[in-house]
Amino acid sequence: MGSAKLTILCGHYGCGKTNLALDLALEAAGQGRQVIVADLDLVNPYFRSSDYRELLEANGIKVVAPVYAGTTLDLPAIAPQLTALPDADCDEVIFDVGGDDAGACVLGCLAGGIRQRAYTMLYVVNAYRALTQTPQEAAAICREIETACRLRATAVVNNSHLQQETTSGTVLRAAPFGIETARLLSLPLLYHTAPEEIAGELEGKLTPVRPVKVRVRPPWSGN
Amino acid sequence: MAEKILMKGNEALGEAAIRAGCLHFFGYPITPQTELAAYMAKKMPKVGGTYLQAESEIAAINMVLGASAAGVRAMTSSSSPGISLKGEGISYMAGSDLPGLIINVQRGGPGLGGIQPSQADYWQATRGGGHGDYHILVLAPSTVQEMVDLVSLAFDLAETYRMPAMLLADGMLGQMMEPVSFENVPEPRRVEKPWAANGHENRRPHNVINSLYLSPQTLEDLVVERYQRYQKVQETEQRAEMYRTEDAELVVVAYGASARIAHSAVMQAREEGLKVGLVRPITLWPFPEKALKETLKTAKAYLSVEMSMGQMIDDVRLAIDCRKPVALCSRTGGMIPTPDEVLGKIHAMMGGEA
Repeated sequence: MGSAKLTILCGHYGCGKTNLALDLALEAAGQGRQVIVADLDLVNPYFRSSDYRELLEANGIKVVAPVYAGTTLDLPAIAPQLTALPDADCDEVIFDVGGDDAGACVLGCLAGGIRQRAYTMLYVVNAYRALTQTPQEAAAICREIETACRLRATAVVNNSHLQQETTSGTVLRAAPFGIETARLLSLPLLYHTAPEEIAGELEGKLTPVRPVKVRVRPPWSGN
Repeated sequence: MAEKILMKGNEALGEAAIRAGCLHFFGYPITPQTELAAYMAKKMPKVGGTYLQAESEIAAINMVLGASAAGVRAMTSSSSPGISLKGEGISYMAGSDLPGLIINVQRGGPGLGGIQPSQADYWQATRGGGHGDYHILVLAPSTVQEMVDLVSLAFDLAETYRMPAMLLADGMLGQMMEPVSFENVPEPRRVEKPWAANGHENRRPHNVINSLYLSPQTLEDLVVERYQRYQKVQETEQRAEMYRTEDAELVVVAYGASARIAHSAVMQAREEGLKVGLVRPITLWPFPEKALKETLKTAKAYLSVEMSMGQMIDDVRLAIDCRKPVALCSRTGGMIPTPDEVLGKIHAMMGGEA
């Protein structure tokens, strides 16, 4: 039986799971923890956590991805290492799951092993994402994901943002959405996220806030 | 609640088409375009429209031909190999003077190629894609917002000039997510379609939609008439964005996702004091020759930045009548040039005269 803490990130396409996965993984690694990031996305052809393999590995984080991730082969094949992850003996495994119920099906393959352990499954939401702009729509997608992967979400993360156009106002206006989504799902709201540059502006206005570093950017933005 | 929303390029294309009054989508899945068809499959039944997954790309384009012949706004979408299959149908549409929208979310080629972003279908798109004397309108967005804006323009122009329009995107734009607003998208232009085969009710002669002519003279007359229309399109519909070209000695030319990369490089070069500008063609056919000719006043050289082995570079040379050297900065096969690569080429061409 493995001893790793299991953290699963699921949510609608484009809610920001990958950026949050990178942030959580690099933070844990920075604290000296042994971390594995598992890219479980079999749906998206590109823009995924294994694109950041170099950054993660440079920080001592192991990356496990589907066999053909990032190649031209559009073939949904799961690496055998993925199925062994619930029994991993490192400090933490972070699962970056594909979007919606379609993406969460893959997680279902591991559900048996994960269910035997204590796990955290964060349902990540973004109020500015098309098709999940009301708490009702967001809650419905969470239920579809849970059915597809046969695991239950344990908390909601409000990751509402508009990419580079995100301001403190963007985050504040989306706070009621996150709170209401969590209420509809009878789950705790773990935190609201905010890009680290503007997190300070939210002090005293919103709590709890997790500042995140924005690492998922288009190739023309520079780093 | 939101002022803007985050959408994937492919989804935004679908939503924009529905808002432009297109209620007939015929498609076939292929990466990296599939989310567009998936979006239409979800959305069309809710708005009383038709989503039909055809048995092949060839069937899909012919369904567009049929729907368009009946006078409605119709579209299809695919990615490079699928667009090749549609070539015949596009030629038949052009030969029948039918509007319609074809979206190409380009991937690497030739053959099955790859699934990563590419711009190697430039020649295919701007030269019509099929057989015969004809042109199609080709529009090239460079942001998800512009995808939204150009979809409605593409339909309007296609109907105004009775010719197919293609929106030439790439996997990068199709897959990436950006904030978009649908607020400023104009109402669809209302174009009368007295030619449509939509039921004569015994009040007018039959409308026949056809591209076969038994007399060569009839066909020549028709093609010549069509080319007069194309000339009007070339005179009135050229579109390009100019960035810091007013005193530019080196003019970078790039469209679509490449233009975003080139823009970063040009901004960097300007910070270094180099006189560099960017012309970003928005219409690839008609090619914005006027905008390029304008830059000849100060330009000493040109640099075409493309995700292909160099295709648009030919149109750049033609637009400036080969009066200045045109260099190429390119990646292909699904590889994306970086702003640093483009900047490196700019440095090499300007030879240290900062």
